[in-house]
Amino acid sequence: MRNYIPVLLIFILAIGMAAVIIILSRVASKGHPTKEKLMPYECGVEPVGTARERHSVKFYLVAMAFLLFDIEAVFLVPWAVVFRGVLESDAYRHLKYIFYGEMMLFMVVLFVGLVYVWRKGILEWNR
Amino acid sequence: MTNLLLEWVIKTIVILLILVTAVAYVTLMERKVMAWIQMRVGPNRVGLFGFRLWGLLQPAADGLKMIFKEDIVPLQANRWLYIFAPAFSLIPALMTFIVIPYGSEIHLFGRAIELHVTRMNVGLLYVLALTSVGVYGIVLAGWSSNNKYSLMGGLRSSAQMISYELALGLSIVCILLYSGSLDLVEIVNKQSVWFGHMGWNIFRFPLMFVFIIFYIASLAETNRTPFDLPEADSELVAGYHTEYSSMKFVMFQMAEYLNLITASSIATTLFFGGWNGPFVGRLPILGPVYFVIKVLALIFLAMWIRYTVPRFRYDQLMRFGWKVLVPAAIVNIIITSTVILFLT
Repeated sequence: MRNYIPVLLIFILAIGMAAVIIILSRVASKGHPTKEKLMPYECGVEPVGTARERHSVKFYLVAMAFLLFDIEAVFLVPWAVVFRGVLESDAYRHLKYIFYGEMMLFMVVLFVGLVYVWRKGILEWNR
Repeated sequence: MTNLLLEWVIKTIVILLILVTAVAYVTLMERKVMAWIQMRVGPNRVGLFGFRLWGLLQPAADGLKMIFKEDIVPLQANRWLYIFAPAFSLIPALMTFIVIPYGSEIHLFGRAIELHVTRMNVGLLYVLALTSVGVYGIVLAGWSSNNKYSLMGGLRSSAQMISYELALGLSIVCILLYSGSLDLVEIVNKQSVWFGHMGWNIFRFPLMFVFIIFYIASLAETNRTPFDLPEADSELVAGYHTEYSSMKFVMFQMAEYLNLITASSIATTLFFGGWNGPFVGRLPILGPVYFVIKVLALIFLAMWIRYTVPRFRYDQLMRFGWKVLVPAAIVNIIITSTVILFLT
């Protein structure tokens, strides 16, 4: 756990730096706010409507697919880390084809999942 | 323990100072490279005492100018989120660098100093986690400034991030298959010569194709052109930071260039042997030199791409991420593990 102390250190330093920058720009800059300056910027014309309207978030299903695939990628990481170790160790060598084959099965399932998502048209942006 | 703590404090502060300076000069480098590619001169006026110094003091002048710019908080903005959003994107960008090794070990003041701030056995996961935290700042900035351009920028950024992070994560799995460790120091130590059993990852058979996927995905993760849809100047007028001015704008710029530096350093570490190079075993001080040269070369590549390739359209971007990069990364994992199975 000792190696995580620098993470804490740099976290504190980074927060300090961000705070200093924010305060600096508050203190050093002279503000002459006018009504026009504080409007939302819309290329110089009067803003049309508001930005808080309902908005079609087209990537909702993509985000769901991302969650699924990302969790599957998480399963891949520990397998990948120990893969060479298992192949090179004497004790587990007889298991190496099972160790390899099972993950290939998993990858095939992953790929079929991707093809399914693809065929269902979830990845089409302009439906 | 006190000695170790002191060493960490010094290393952390030094790294932070180097990073901030590097960010300033990478912006200058970007402007110079852009100028040369477009056959212009670029910034060359700002100097000291009447000497022009090839514009080397331009970042200092820019910084000073930005401090004294008017700090605007739009009336309709969500005030606190608007103020804190730049910090959310700057803090993770500053924190990432501490796990990256930039040299082996030098002897200074009678003790051996390892040239990395810290090493952890989940170093690569730490980097991935922090780079994905960085998107919160962008999304919050886009939403809180209550501007349609900013909102579109934030939405695009999140969609782009989740699509390309998948390809990034899957391409890193191929590296893990070879290195057998998530510790970045260990990954570099496994690439101590050019070719062969302990060679650089870029020269191994499937990994050179993995590098292409990794590099494209990391360009998209850092919002570089051709994937700079969240801030596309010509359609969204700077996207998520349209409303930001003064040092808050600088914080977003800093975060962006820090991410570029970090992404190039990670690519160096994973594929180009990190700090390894000729004679580094005899002269450890060469390690940081090689590291900086490789990182600068990769940053230059990113700039070169920026001024050569036009921007993607948004649906093309999503299609490319999901229908080309992700399947290619999955196929690469299968090929890599098969190669390892039959070669060991």
